[in-house]
Amino acid sequence: MNNRLGDNEISPDKETMDANDFADTGDYNLRLYVAGQTPKSLAAIANLKHICETYLAGRYTIEVVDLLVTPTLAAGDQIVALPTLVRRLPPPLKRVIGNLADTERLLVGLDIRPKDFKSP
Amino acid sequence: MNQQMTPTHDESIALAKTLTGIRGLDDLTLGGLPAGRPTLLCGAAGCGKTLFGVTFLVNGATDYGENGVFMSFEERAVDLEQNVVSLGYGLADLVAAKKIVIDHVHVERAEIEESGDYDLEGLFVRLNHAIDSIGAKRVVLDTVEALFAGFTDKGILRAELRRLFAWLKDKGVTAIITGERGDGQLTRYGIEEYVSDCVILLDNRVEEQITTRRLRVVKYRGSAHGTNEYPFLIDDRGISVMPITSAGLGHKISLESISTGVSGLDAMLGRGGYFRGSSVLISGLAGTGKSTFGAAFINAACRRGERCLLFAFEESQDQIVRNMDSVGIHLKPHIDAGLLRFEAARPSLFGFEMHLARMNRDIEDFEPKVVVVDPISAFRGPSLEIHATLVRLADICKTRGITALFTSLSSTGELMDENERSVSSLMDTWISLKDHEANGERNRLLYLLKSRGMNHSKQLREYHLTDDGIELVDAYIGAEGVLTGTARLAQEARERDADKVRIQGIERRRREMARKRASVEREIADLRAELDIEEAEMKMLIEQEEAQEVVYADDRSRMATRRGMAP
Repeated sequence: MNNRLGDNEISPDKETMDANDFADTGDYNLRLYVAGQTPKSLAAIANLKHICETYLAGRYTIEVVDLLVTPTLAAGDQIVALPTLVRRLPPPLKRVIGNLADTERLLVGLDIRPKDFKSP
Repeated sequence: MNQQMTPTHDESIALAKTLTGIRGLDDLTLGGLPAGRPTLLCGAAGCGKTLFGVTFLVNGATDYGENGVFMSFEERAVDLEQNVVSLGYGLADLVAAKKIVIDHVHVERAEIEESGDYDLEGLFVRLNHAIDSIGAKRVVLDTVEALFAGFTDKGILRAELRRLFAWLKDKGVTAIITGERGDGQLTRYGIEEYVSDCVILLDNRVEEQITTRRLRVVKYRGSAHGTNEYPFLIDDRGISVMPITSAGLGHKISLESISTGVSGLDAMLGRGGYFRGSSVLISGLAGTGKSTFGAAFINAACRRGERCLLFAFEESQDQIVRNMDSVGIHLKPHIDAGLLRFEAARPSLFGFEMHLARMNRDIEDFEPKVVVVDPISAFRGPSLEIHATLVRLADICKTRGITALFTSLSSTGELMDENERSVSSLMDTWISLKDHEANGERNRLLYLLKSRGMNHSKQLREYHLTDDGIELVDAYIGAEGVLTGTARLAQEARERDADKVRIQGIERRRREMARKRASVEREIADLRAELDIEEAEMKMLIEQEEAQEVVYADDRSRMATRRGMAP
């Protein structure tokens, strides 16, 4: 059950870019691994959606992988802890584990810089 | 007492066990690891934990028809496969044949950000998938503690590991969980708390610059097990553990005696050789021919068609073969015929225990009838350990009915040194080779210090190493002590001379006597002749006298007639 949540495209609102901002120009391709509809999984999905809508509106795709359905995918992305969020794009690969309740750490983990924050 | 009481022992209740296929380990655990339960295998780095795990799985897949999952937290699958090729394990083939699954779990702390609550369900999913994909019965987690480096929340980790081990148990797989040795506890993060059915400790100690691997079953819930530390060996033939508590004295004995390979020695022993299955010690100084006695024994055994194993600790195979050729003992044909095998190694290569483990393994492999260890004195170290090692070796040989011959280099002098004294009680037959130095030469003497169950010769014998092997000669034992070599020859010559002189003396006296007799008899003859002459003369005189008398009588009668008496 791979859900695609949100695929609206919005061009970067900045005129000029420096090298550090380069990563933020691309789309965020995120994959969230969970195992079944546990409270932790559901919380993680809800938290992720909220953060993405808040900070990355229109620039992200989220794929939710339920390992109970497709266990073979676990080894490929070296999944040990669940839930695990993998930032597949932009590079480099980043992982955030947990139910994503700690927004600050999630932003650090996804390398989303505060100066890019857009108010909803 | 309750008369209705049912027998307390029931086979079905006995703990089910899974054979590891690791030599010795199955013996000392009386059947292997607890089936369907996790076993903790802990030890410091380089103890062979991973190899134990791999061996467990490979043996399961190849010998016992049980597939296995190897979950590696440290090594990549490719590295793992390459590492065990040297042990003769074709891990890659087993993976290709879907008998073993290797899953490398890699947790890179730097790549992971923690945000909120999590669990290790991912690990469970992977493990479950791996187990189910090949119907695995065996699982190895190597080293699960690596996870502690990957996650900050130790509380979650501990709870999850506890859940993992319980889950493995529910799953009914026999698992080995390896753990790095920690300070003051068995594992660095104390996971022994959660895996409590069976704990095996591996150790790798360096003593006097020699490393010995040892294994100990710390606990085994619900089963008896050997409690000592056992040495184990990792080499190109895999892992072998050496259970050595079988020091019972229940071995069967044999009345059959087998030739020593030296005919004179056979005669000295009274029963025509050593007893089969006995232990023989040949001790002596350097250059007394200890190895030659060993080789002679081997030669005799090989000629009978028995397999022999020679553990050489001082010389290489070629060297021994060449040297023995010079005394007419030809070992090469026996090697070619597969009857004789050499296992040469420097004593310092391993500790005693390792040597012992290796020797045990070789004995099991080759199944010889005769084992020769040349020499046991090459082992240097605390005599207690040497003694323990030799006791076990002698014991192994005895229980298998192998005749074992040990040579030992003794220190100078008459006194037994520590090593000899400590092993002497183990030996059934002890032959002492001695040097006798006198008159500017050295000669070799031999005597039987003891030989249990035989009415053996108590004599000191001289022996020669000739072109045709060892030859015993009678030593000269007389008023002037024991003489050997040229001294013996000289003494023998002297005795021969003395005999000659004595015989000549007798002859002379005999001749003198004869002469005396002759002269006396001559005198007697002379006297008798004289007497005869005198007698003859006397007779003549008497006859003359008598004749005169007659004449006188005639004259008188004639005169009377004339005077008138005539008619």
